[in-house]
Amino acid sequence: MLKISNLQAKIGEKEILKGLNLEVKAGEVHAIMGPNGAGKSTLASVLAGRDTYEVTGGEVDFEGQDLLDLAPEERAALGVFLAFQYPVEIPGVSTTNFLKTAVNEMRKYRGEEAMDAVQFLKMFKEKMKIVNIDQSLLNRSLNEGFSGGEKKRNEIFQMAVLNPKLAILDETDSGLDIDALRIVAEGVNKLKSPDNATIVITHYQRLLDFIVPDFVHVLYKGRIVKSGTKELALELEERGYDWIKEELGETV
Amino acid sequence: MNNTDLKTQLIADFRTAEGRMNGEAKSAVHQVRQQALERFDKLGFPTIRHEEWKYSNVKNLVNQAFDFNAVTNFSAKDLEEMPIPNLEGNILYFINGIYNTELSTIVSPMSELQILTFAEAAKTQPALVEQYFNKYSDYQDNAFTALNTAFAQNGVFVHVPDNKVVAQPIILRFISDARTLNVASQPRNLIVVGKRSEVQIAESFRSFGKNASFTNAVTEFVVGEEANVHYYKVQNESDKSYHIGTTSVLQAGKSVFTANTVTANGGFVRNNLNIKIDGEYAEANMFGLYIPNGKQHIDNHTAVDHAKPNSNSNELYKGILKGKSTGVFNGKIFVRQDAQKTNAFQSCKNVLLSEDASMNTKPQLEIWADDVKCSHGTTTGQLNDDALFYMQARGISKDSARALLTLAFAQDVIDKFEIVAIKEYLQALIEEKIYQG
Ligand SMILES: Nc1ncnc2c1ncn2[C@@H]1O[C@H](COP(=O)(O)OP(=O)(O)OP(=O)(O)O)[C@@H](O)[C@H]1O
Ligand SMILES: [Mg+2]
Repeated sequence: MLKISNLQAKIGEKEILKGLNLEVKAGEVHAIMGPNGAGKSTLASVLAGRDTYEVTGGEVDFEGQDLLDLAPEERAALGVFLAFQYPVEIPGVSTTNFLKTAVNEMRKYRGEEAMDAVQFLKMFKEKMKIVNIDQSLLNRSLNEGFSGGEKKRNEIFQMAVLNPKLAILDETDSGLDIDALRIVAEGVNKLKSPDNATIVITHYQRLLDFIVPDFVHVLYKGRIVKSGTKELALELEERGYDWIKEELGETV
Repeated sequence: MNNTDLKTQLIADFRTAEGRMNGEAKSAVHQVRQQALERFDKLGFPTIRHEEWKYSNVKNLVNQAFDFNAVTNFSAKDLEEMPIPNLEGNILYFINGIYNTELSTIVSPMSELQILTFAEAAKTQPALVEQYFNKYSDYQDNAFTALNTAFAQNGVFVHVPDNKVVAQPIILRFISDARTLNVASQPRNLIVVGKRSEVQIAESFRSFGKNASFTNAVTEFVVGEEANVHYYKVQNESDKSYHIGTTSVLQAGKSVFTANTVTANGGFVRNNLNIKIDGEYAEANMFGLYIPNGKQHIDNHTAVDHAKPNSNSNELYKGILKGKSTGVFNGKIFVRQDAQKTNAFQSCKNVLLSEDASMNTKPQLEIWADDVKCSHGTTTGQLNDDALFYMQARGISKDSARALLTLAFAQDVIDKFEIVAIKEYLQALIEEKIYQG
């Protein structure tokens, strides 16, 4: 589904991604861990198409298309979804209105008919159950004044509505209380299918108890430096990152 | 035609009109007109050397010729081209300044409200008009107000007695019919609201046809104790229109006055809103929205004068500027020495949607009392990039995302309109203008 080869990206003069490789197949869940500042969010942003990052090399193939050639909204319409580490507050636009616009613009892009108000109502009701989110929250301005946890839950609600092929969850677990964490994780699991894939970026192995990854990768200094199975996450939790740096020949 | 010519023309027009008057020429109202004309003669049209007109150059206006007494055959059929759907209430039409009886409807009972054309009122109720006319709109330093006062004839006189809640809004539609030539009009409205009464009044300005139009409007409000007045000014005139408008308000104690000024379109616009709070525990609200594009110029000058203690004023103006347009916001707050415990808030926020658009903002606070709460802030910036990207990442195209964010920015001002038909009309107008790109 997704094949990232030798991806390099910088912001201003600062190189952040330095030759990153990653392959994700349909039906898989990949976890990306790594110390602060390693480039995890940068990877997510580059995949979503943020133009403040300049891609200086490498390729990203998404279902046979060169993802880097597409505008962010085109990527979204093709099924790429990014749950933001820091969801943006948008005063004056309610979540429901926002999502109606998003859904119908994507449908238009894909040559599908627009959904009407009745269809939306029904769909929103179904999806609200998945993440246990309240209608009153959806009527408010998008993310404005939402608590940290509410923002994250709202991201997963949007994911449920948009039904992406590839979901990238950037630290969706941070800021969630234990119950919310479980609900969000269950939501993600419910949305899982053999046709879609998920990349979860996290610092905590705890999330991976709920969303069990097929692969765990360590992103360090702009590259994937180690990959393994879910046991790798447990080991990182126990030992931190120093041993990985040592393996790379860095003195710690 | 140059500056002096338009001035000369106007002064000659005045003499002609005066010559046609009978007894009225000796009335007190007409004496005010004469004094105003003299003042206009002295002042002349302002240039950019005048501090108040620094960013708004009326040179192009005063160098054009206008017909101030244009005859028009504007009909109900023409009106269909500029609908405000579902509009209900007392609807008065003024075509090139002249009241049009056939098109107008007055539905409120006489017990609630008296509506007369200004000219009628000056003839039939001189005492009442004299009592209030030109008491609050100072023309000493404003040539346009002086000019309007000199020609005060067209427009309405509205009188709401004490203790009346006027159920139906009053809607004044001023239409400049510029289909055959450059036209000008000078509406003069005087609205007197009695104690504990409530009323909603909207002024809507619209131009029609390919020629230039010039509107020089003055509206005066006298708001009685504990009265509550909602005032709406809606401007949707052509790119070739010039609009100079002054609204002056005198508020008594415990009254509430709310002004919503929305300029959806207009070539050259200058709105003055002057509120004097002359009583305790009163509240003045001033909201505004302007969306110039192309080469349009929109200038809002507001002034609130806190003359008595314990009153509040609240101001929020928002601008969306596109193309090569220019905007001006000048907000004055005076708090006089007596006006302790005043709360005055002012905010002006602008979004520049193009690199060639520009905005001049100037808050001016003069505070002579020591126990007051005042705050002001102006911002001018672009749309938030993070928000744009967030929306794009959800599949919304960049253009739609910009439009959606822009509309969201304007929405809170639109939502302040309580006359539903006007709110919906504005909503559509503004959406259209925002999506125009
Ligand atoms: N807009 C920017 N301007 C300058 N530097 C940036 C910018 N965005 C990211 N960086 C830098 O790029 C590096 C990678 O940042 P990134 O956000 O991708 O890290 P991360 O792995 O997601 O970290 P965290 O675990 O803290 O979320 C950091 O050193 C960061 O300071
Ligand atoms: Mg991050």
